[in-house]
Amino acid sequence: MGDSSDRSTAEPLEFREVTKRYPGAAQAAVDGLSLQVPAGEICVLVGPSGCGKTTAMRMVNRMIEITSGDILLGDRSVRDRKPADLRREIGYVIQHVGLFPHWTIGENIATVPRLQGWDKRRIDTRVDELLELIGLPAETRSRFPSQLSGGQRQRVGVARALACDPPVMLMDEPFGAIDPINRERLQNEFLRLQAELRKTIVFVTHDIDEAIKMGDRIAILQEGGKLAQYAPPAELLMYPASRFVEDFVGSDRALKRLALQRVRDIDLWKAAAIRVGTPIAEAQAMIADADVSYAMLVDEAGRPKGWLSDRALAGERVTDDLRSPAHPIVDLDDVLRDALADLLSSETRYGAVVDERGALAGILSLEVIQQFLHAAPAASATGADLLRE
Amino acid sequence: MSTTLAFLGDFGEAIKFIFQERESVSGGVQIGGIPELAGFGATHMIVSIAALAIAAALAIPLALWLGHIGRGDFVATATSNVGRAVPSLALLAFFISFVGLGYTNVIAVLVLLAIPPLITNTYVGVRQVDRDTVDAARGQGMTDLEIVRKIELPLALPSIFGGLRISAVNVVATATIAPLANVQTLGEPIITPQTYGFVGQLGAAIVVAVITLAVDFAFARLQRAVTPEGLKLEEPARRRWFSLPTRRRLESR
Amino acid sequence: MIGVPLAQLQIQEPGGSDACAAANGFCPGWIVENIDRYWTPLLEHVYLTVVPVLIGFALSLGLAILAHRRRWLTGPIVAISGIFFAIPSVAAFFLLQPITGLGYTTAIVALVSYTLLILFRNITDGLRNVPAETRDAALGQGLTERQVLYRVELPIAVPEIMAGLRIATSTTVGLAALAVFAGAGGLGSEILVDKRFKSNVVVAGGLAVLLAAAFDLLILTLQRFMTPWRRARA
Repeated sequence: MGDSSDRSTAEPLEFREVTKRYPGAAQAAVDGLSLQVPAGEICVLVGPSGCGKTTAMRMVNRMIEITSGDILLGDRSVRDRKPADLRREIGYVIQHVGLFPHWTIGENIATVPRLQGWDKRRIDTRVDELLELIGLPAETRSRFPSQLSGGQRQRVGVARALACDPPVMLMDEPFGAIDPINRERLQNEFLRLQAELRKTIVFVTHDIDEAIKMGDRIAILQEGGKLAQYAPPAELLMYPASRFVEDFVGSDRALKRLALQRVRDIDLWKAAAIRVGTPIAEAQAMIADADVSYAMLVDEAGRPKGWLSDRALAGERVTDDLRSPAHPIVDLDDVLRDALADLLSSETRYGAVVDERGALAGILSLEVIQQFLHAAPAASATGADLLRE
Repeated sequence: MSTTLAFLGDFGEAIKFIFQERESVSGGVQIGGIPELAGFGATHMIVSIAALAIAAALAIPLALWLGHIGRGDFVATATSNVGRAVPSLALLAFFISFVGLGYTNVIAVLVLLAIPPLITNTYVGVRQVDRDTVDAARGQGMTDLEIVRKIELPLALPSIFGGLRISAVNVVATATIAPLANVQTLGEPIITPQTYGFVGQLGAAIVVAVITLAVDFAFARLQRAVTPEGLKLEEPARRRWFSLPTRRRLESR
Repeated sequence: MIGVPLAQLQIQEPGGSDACAAANGFCPGWIVENIDRYWTPLLEHVYLTVVPVLIGFALSLGLAILAHRRRWLTGPIVAISGIFFAIPSVAAFFLLQPITGLGYTTAIVALVSYTLLILFRNITDGLRNVPAETRDAALGQGLTERQVLYRVELPIAVPEIMAGLRIATSTTVGLAALAVFAGAGGLGSEILVDKRFKSNVVVAGGLAVLLAAAFDLLILTLQRFMTPWRRARA
């Protein structure tokens, strides 16, 4: 039996015309599904209930048998594998976790290594590694599932799935039973983990927001198991392929796109950054060169102080007479949605954007955001990118 | 007043019968006392243990499998319905009249009585295992046999031992009427009052009652002992004093 | 006091006209001719079933309602009725004889003690399984604790209570066959009259099984009438 732990490389996954038809059912559960998941990416299957997303996922590890078509893991068809062997090489996480209540956390995590016949020391080392990876204290290993909180159990579920370092993971609404606050935390944790592990993941959810956040690519399925669209989240939000997709992503899809971008990712306006005592001619030239007709007073370090008044520019040299304070101040790393919220709440048209050192880096305006929304989506704008800093 | 005295008298006599030999009611033979009762007790235990072991070997694997594949609601309900409706005495008499007397037939009757609770409890025990747990086990790559052995069987053990407890008590109780088929268990004095008299009957009844309670208690302890640690933690508040077959859950569906 | 007479009578007349019976066969002819002799034992058996189940039910219901209010009583009640349940009925019939004598009283006291555990457990489980929000809603509408019990909890628990009643009844039919050891007759006494005669065993044993089935059907029908809301759904 192949020892999967030494190769931590993810493998690509491909659905080829995969169909599932249950005997006696008029409609196929999954109908001719074709899509490719590049190695190391999260593919989210999303859609209304009854769209066949879970069925599609469960055919990957043959929990459900394929009626026609094929699924390739790497370059091998899953149909050529013995189901139990195949499943040991594929991580599997489900909504209700399904931890074995009669086993300790350590034994639960070691499920697949034990099935693979690892020796005890190697198992112990691996369990410790995984507990650390999911951020649970080492003494958790001797506790039982009933002694853990829902969020902790879900983490253990993920650790169990990762035990043999599988190249592919299947996750069926893994955070569905967790309260919103903890769900957000677990999602972020998982994305950080994934940034490190780079597994190929098939992730099922019914929540479009979760799909947008978690997915490198999103497959929207509609009733009858038909693929409505398969695209990266930003593209999906920008160009919904059909009325169904448009409705499913919701009328606030523009806002959702903003949640996928940082201020630094877009073309900001240039403003005249002027210090006190600058000769007027120089200041005028800078203003003429800028995209904004107002000038920003900055201190020695380039930090914005406020918008200069006409009076400040009336003399020989620039004075510190301000028309309004530099508010709001937006960070380059802020998510666009939050920056827009700042702009709207301070009732100004322009926001000063500052870099890490607090120096003025550009101006954010409603027009800038509008332009972004009409432009083509950036190459790889995903929720995961936002967490990678 | 006299009833009370008579009661004490009967009771005292019965206890004396257990410990001391005496002459039989009809005269001529010595009856009672530890040696004779120990002999009856040994027979009683042998037929009971044999019957329970055979019934367990037949019923538990079958019900585990039925529970695993999820087809057997009908079998589980039907066996326990029929099992309860056929009086043990009628079953024994049926074997006596149609097959004959002797050990084999007594054990066969006891096996038939022991099977229904075992099937029902094992089946229900397996079905009560959280379906998500089984799905997770299969998803991790366990084979059917591994799922049964490592997940379903350990989690069903408390219920299975609940069934063993009911069957053991039934078997030990029913073995009391085995002397009807010429197998001399502790019921011998009960079935042959012409030799043993009422005192012998009462003495035997006391012994049988004590043994059955001991068996019941032992299996209750066993049931607790085989409950996986992780499950005990799940419901610490409600300790089960006595677990009856969980058949009710099948019926109230 | 002398023991129960368990004389081994021969029902079939040796050398009689019925060759089948004489050869100890299974004889429909003999059965038709002699069916009358089973009526009295059958009626005794019905009596030995109905009376203990009714008394047991009344006792269990009372205990269950008591334990529903004072939860701590549940454990001790189950433990004590568990001991009654574990003592073999044959033994119980003799253990009671010094107090209640030979006859119906002994049989009925013993049989009642067997129904207690089954009925008590099912009634308390039934009451406990009433959804908390249903109880809450009832209290919220202004029903008193008492009204909640009688108008909401008990009716909702009917299916489980009836399931317990069915188990208790068929168990009692089976155990009543041993009431012959208490000198209370019943079908068991007919079986013992000639336990080697096939026709006799089949008729007496068969009647007991049929009796259990009949009671089961009766309770099931009763349950359907008592729970119209479940019927409407089905």
